[in-house]
Amino acid sequence: MPAATQVGNTTLNIAIFGLFVLITLGIVIRVSKQNTTAADYYAGGRAFSGRQNGIAITGDYLSAASFLGIAGAIAINGYDGFLYSIGFLVAWLVALLLVAELLRNTGRFTMADVLSFRLRQRPVRTAAAVNTLAVSAFYLLAQMAGAGGLVALLLGITDRTGQSIVIAIVGALMIVYVLIGGMKGTTWVQIIKAALLILGAGIMTIWVGVKYGFNISALFDDAIKQAGNAAILNPGLQYKNKIDFISLSIALVLGTAGLPHVLMRFYTVPTSKEARRSVVWAIWLIGLFYLFTLVLGYGAQALVGSAAIKAAPGGVNSAAPLLAYHLGGELLLGVISAVAFATILAVVAGLTITASASFAHDIYAQVIKRGTVSPDDEVKVARRTAVVIGALAIVGGIFANGQNIAFLVALAFAVAASANLPTILYSLFWKNFTTRGALMSMYGGLASSLLLIIFSPVVSGSATSMFPTASFAWFPLNNPGIISVPLSFFLGWLGSVTEKEHNAAKYAEMEVRSLTGAGAEKAVSH
Amino acid sequence: MSSHNDISEERAARYIAVQNSQEFAELRKTFRKFVFPMTGLFLAWYFLYVILATYASDFMATKLFGNITVGLVLGLAQFATTFAITMIYARWADRVLDPAAAKLADHMERGNLQ
Repeated sequence: MPAATQVGNTTLNIAIFGLFVLITLGIVIRVSKQNTTAADYYAGGRAFSGRQNGIAITGDYLSAASFLGIAGAIAINGYDGFLYSIGFLVAWLVALLLVAELLRNTGRFTMADVLSFRLRQRPVRTAAAVNTLAVSAFYLLAQMAGAGGLVALLLGITDRTGQSIVIAIVGALMIVYVLIGGMKGTTWVQIIKAALLILGAGIMTIWVGVKYGFNISALFDDAIKQAGNAAILNPGLQYKNKIDFISLSIALVLGTAGLPHVLMRFYTVPTSKEARRSVVWAIWLIGLFYLFTLVLGYGAQALVGSAAIKAAPGGVNSAAPLLAYHLGGELLLGVISAVAFATILAVVAGLTITASASFAHDIYAQVIKRGTVSPDDEVKVARRTAVVIGALAIVGGIFANGQNIAFLVALAFAVAASANLPTILYSLFWKNFTTRGALMSMYGGLASSLLLIIFSPVVSGSATSMFPTASFAWFPLNNPGIISVPLSFFLGWLGSVTEKEHNAAKYAEMEVRSLTGAGAEKAVSH
Repeated sequence: MSSHNDISEERAARYIAVQNSQEFAELRKTFRKFVFPMTGLFLAWYFLYVILATYASDFMATKLFGNITVGLVLGLAQFATTFAITMIYARWADRVLDPAAAKLADHMERGNLQ
C-alpha cells in the first residue's frame, strides 16, 4: 500500500478507540447491575428521561451512513448530499406528531405490540416481527459494511483478511455490550457516542468557520475553485433521474417513523410526555448535526479536494476523517476515527437489541409459546438471539464489505416506509382497519419493495451495480418508494374494506390508552 | 399484566364507555385537528421543495448574494420550519393536550365522565 494514502497515526487511532471502549464498558457494567427483568433488558426499566432518550435517539440515528456518508456526499456531489439530510430531518415530524406518544402509551416492548393490539394476535405479530427483522438486517448490514472501509482508512489495513478480523472484533464487542448492558447499557453507549459525535463535528465546523471568517459564501468560493465546477452549489449532480429522486425523498421522509429500532427507543421513557420530549431533543440535535455536515462537506471539498477524497482507501466516506486530519492533524483524526468506530458499535448494538427483542418477545413468547413463557425465560432467549444475530452480522459484514453504505441504508428506509408505516398509521388512526388489511399492507409492502430493488439498477445492469455483469434490471429506479409506499397504503385499505372484523373492546382500550395514557406501562422502580 | 386478547367484560365496558363519552370525543378531536393539518402542511412544503429541486433547478441555482442560492435558502428554510413546528407542537401539547388528557384520566378514575 502506498504511504501517501495512509493518513494519521494508527497506534494513536487504536489507543483513542480503546479508551472509548474501556470507559463505556465501565459505565455499562456500572449501570447494568439491575438488569434482570424483561422491562430492564428491553426498555432500560423505562427510567430514562426525555432528554437522555433524545440524545440516545440521536446516537442511534446518526449512523456511520449519515456521519461519513452525508459529509462525503456533500463533498463530492455538493447540494445533492444536502438533500439527503433534509429528508432525514423532516421525517422526524412524522414521528413527533403521529407516532411517538401514541406508540409509547399503547405498546410494551416492540412495534408488534402496537400493531397486533386490536387485531388477530398471531398473524399480525408474526408479520410485524418479520418486518422488524428484515429492516434491522438491512440496517445492520449497512453499518457492518461501513466498518470495513473505515478500517482501511483509519488503521491502514487494506487486505480483506485483516479487515475481516477487525469487523469480527467490532461485532464481538457489540455482543458484549448487549449481553452485559441490555437496553440500559446500550442507551448509555448511545448517549456518550452522540455527545462525542456532535462535539467532534461541532469543533470541526467552528474550525472551518474560523478559516473562512464565518463567511459561508467564501467557503463556497474555495469549494468551487477546488472542484472546478460551479454546479456543486446546485441540485442535480448526483441524481440524474428526476422520478428516482422523488422516490428516494418519499422513502426518506416516511421511513424514519417505521424504523423498529427507533420506535423501540420510545419505550425507554416513563410517559408519553417524556416520549414527546425525546423527539424534541432528537430533532434539535439531529438538525444541528446536519447543519454541521453541510459545512464539513463543502469544507472537505474546499480544503482536501474531491480528487484526494475519492482516491483515499475509504472513498467518499473518507471526506470527514480527511478533513479532520487536514485541520487538526493526527490527534483530531484519531478522535474523529474513534467516534466513527463508536458510531458503528453503538448503532449495531441498538439494532441487535431490537431484533433480538422482536424474535424473543414476538415470535418465541407470543407466537410459538402463545404467551406461556416466563419473562425470565423470554429474556434468556433474547440474549441467545442477540449472540446469534451478532454472529450473523459479523459474517454479513465481512461478505458486504465494500458495498455502498448509503444504498443499504436507503434500502432499509424504503422497506420501513413501505412495510411498516402504513400499518402503524392505520392501526393508530383508522377504526375500520382489519387483520387482512394489516397483513396485505405489511407483506405487500415488504415484498414489493424488495422485488423492485432486486430488479433495479442497484442490483444489476450498470457499472455501479452489485452484480455489474448481470442484467435483469427492468425496473428503472434505484429506490422503490414511489411505487411500494402507495401500494402498501392501498393494500391496507383494500384488505380492510373486504373484511368484516371489529374488536370493539380492544379498539376502545387502544384508543383511550393511546390518547390518555391510562393503563400504559409504568416505569420500573428499583 | 393482562393478556391482550382476554380482557374482562367489565374492563371492556369501561373502556367503551370512555370512548363513547363526549369528553373523550373532544380530546380526540382536539388532537386530530392539530396534528392532521400540521402533517399535511409540512409534507406539502417538503414535497414542494423536492419538486423545485428536481424540476426547477435553474430557479434553485439563482444567486441571491455572493454564492448564496435560492436552493440553499429554501433548504435551510426546511430546517427552520422543522424546528418551528417542533416547538409549536411541543408547546401546544404541554398547554392543551396534557391538561385535557389528565382531566379525562382523573374523571375516569372517579367515574364521573361527561
